[in-house]
Amino acid sequence: MTDERILISHGSGGKKSQELTERTFLKYFTDPALLLMNDQAVINIDTKKIAISTDTYTIDPIFFPGGNIGSLSVHGTVNDISMSGATPIAMSAGFILEEGLMLSELERIAESMAVAAAEASVRIVTADTKVVARGSADRIFINTTGIGILSEKTNICGQGAKVGDRIILSGTIGDHGIAIASSREGIEFSTPVISDSASLNYLVQTLLEAVPEGVHVMRDPTRGGLATVLNEIASQSSVGILIREAKIPLKKAVIGACELFGYDPLYLANEGKMVALVREPDAEKALEAIKSHPLGRDAMIIGEVVDDHPSKVVLRTLMGGRRLVDRLTGDMLPRIC
Amino acid sequence: MKYLSEFRDPEAAKALHQQIKKAAAKLPGPVKIMEICGSHTVSIFRAGIKSLLPSNVTLVSGPGCPVCVTATEDMDRMIALSGMAVEKNITIATFGDMVRVPGSFTSLEKERAAGADVRITATPLDALRWAGENPDREVVFLGVGFETTSPTIAATVERAQRDNISNFTVYPAFKLLPPALAALLDSEDVALDAFICPGHVSVMLGADTYRPVAAKYGKPCVIAGFEPLDIMLGISVALGLLANKQHEVYNTYKRAVTDEGNRAAMDLLMKIFKPVDTPWRGLGYIPDSGLDFREEYSEFNAITRYGLTEVETGSDPPGCACGEVLRGVIDPPQCHLFGNECSPQSPMGSCMVSSEGSCAAWYRYSE
Repeated sequence: MTDERILISHGSGGKKSQELTERTFLKYFTDPALLLMNDQAVINIDTKKIAISTDTYTIDPIFFPGGNIGSLSVHGTVNDISMSGATPIAMSAGFILEEGLMLSELERIAESMAVAAAEASVRIVTADTKVVARGSADRIFINTTGIGILSEKTNICGQGAKVGDRIILSGTIGDHGIAIASSREGIEFSTPVISDSASLNYLVQTLLEAVPEGVHVMRDPTRGGLATVLNEIASQSSVGILIREAKIPLKKAVIGACELFGYDPLYLANEGKMVALVREPDAEKALEAIKSHPLGRDAMIIGEVVDDHPSKVVLRTLMGGRRLVDRLTGDMLPRIC
Repeated sequence: MKYLSEFRDPEAAKALHQQIKKAAAKLPGPVKIMEICGSHTVSIFRAGIKSLLPSNVTLVSGPGCPVCVTATEDMDRMIALSGMAVEKNITIATFGDMVRVPGSFTSLEKERAAGADVRITATPLDALRWAGENPDREVVFLGVGFETTSPTIAATVERAQRDNISNFTVYPAFKLLPPALAALLDSEDVALDAFICPGHVSVMLGADTYRPVAAKYGKPCVIAGFEPLDIMLGISVALGLLANKQHEVYNTYKRAVTDEGNRAAMDLLMKIFKPVDTPWRGLGYIPDSGLDFREEYSEFNAITRYGLTEVETGSDPPGCACGEVLRGVIDPPQCHLFGNECSPQSPMGSCMVSSEGSCAAWYRYSE
């Protein structure tokens, strides 16, 4: 115990990360809002319901097809807040810079953060910079905090899934993971895969306007992918989840790249997708609303919440068989967010 | 791209499912078919094929995952090497899954966290390049794998000699499939009726390799590709052969596998290496089932360069049933450690580490 060290797999977002959180942090951090283990916490300040989140971005490479670490940090922050149903208002940005980083690169990153923030109508209201010696960080790490406001009635969280809920996925999965992996490995595909990094707050707004009471859970399948978020929801809500392989939207290039790299797309990171669990009577209307938004045009209902196999996710395969979809164990990819 | 859609076509799967059910109905009793290769195991689980099999047909996984069959003593020596890494300026280059395999005392992953330079690569050529670029360091490639991967490593050694790169060595822990297959069939507690033979290894070895096995032991050997439909076809053919009491080699993967295999690759492999008795995890020593450097290439042998035969080695963790699992004697959940002390996040046996290991596949995919 005492001579144990942090291993790369502790940062995978899968079981090993969960184990680290439970064994170390939850021993000392015991606030009830934190213990809900959602991507953001919802707290009351006077009469206002506030969503607050924090995230740290360490992606390698820092520039990738479809974005860079700066735009990603804004999108990720906006999305963490949005998944509670809150309207993101403002965010902070803390920079850890390694000695030797090109100033021109830093400027490109800062500029794309400003653009991404403006697009999402989110204010970057405070920031901090630290510089560390060469080798003490990898070029640039960014930490953010986001805050947003929720309406009184909104109660969307990982604990909210109910048997019968339909599971809507807003589009193709794995684009970000493959964009990063292929740019890192220097492999180009005939159809290049671009990261899906994007702010989802307006998509969420469209959805919530269409079915104000119908959405029980929203989650963005980032690190650890669709498999990981569905497992989190299944265990947070103590329900079973059944999904259909045939319904999961995938780009051909992503399928091909997964064969090449040996990845399972269910575990690949996404930075501009969401999963929404919607009560059955509202499901079609919710799907239409999501599809009406440019970021949701490939959306599909991929499965439902079932009263079988609580806390587990099961996949009906293309071959007609069934299998468990477990959480990611260990590390599939190096730093992707 | 066509392979990815046509070989996963749900309609074709339905037809094959019917064929499998029909063939199984003609069998006099229950049958056990072993898929030898770890990639087949993963494909079978991922496609949910086990859930489609009639009750009298059982699939068991064989010893075809290179990480899984690496003996604990080899693991211990590789890890000991990583322990020398800092002091001796050694970089260890390895395929990814090896990093997490526990030795008797620690693992490469833990040694890396403690400071050892352990790098993951998909090809030994990367390791040779690192050696060329860093003449002040010694680069050791951990040579595991069957006939699929070992020829590439042989080619890398040949290139190292040609280019005079002397700070590059290989730890030879290779395995040869045919001797293992024979050993498996000779052991008393193994009761198998047919084999689904590996696709990639067969590309190298050729379909003819299995003919003596099929003839001597009277077991149908069906060579199959890796797509879900390939495997369902393989199972369906194997059941058909069993129902008709035919014990032959049947190649359903003709788009990649020839009768004679890739002679150029096999010749190169045997130019650099020679067969030796070698230990397999859970199976013990199998005669002529491993590879060691030939005299002319012995300077590239990491075991002799770093005196690794002197290293203290331990034994398999108590209770670990990787051996029985690798021989298809038990299914992973029958191991007492499965899911309790041993899981993918804290594996005790190698079959739980590798993504191609049958314990990991059961744990990940089995309801």
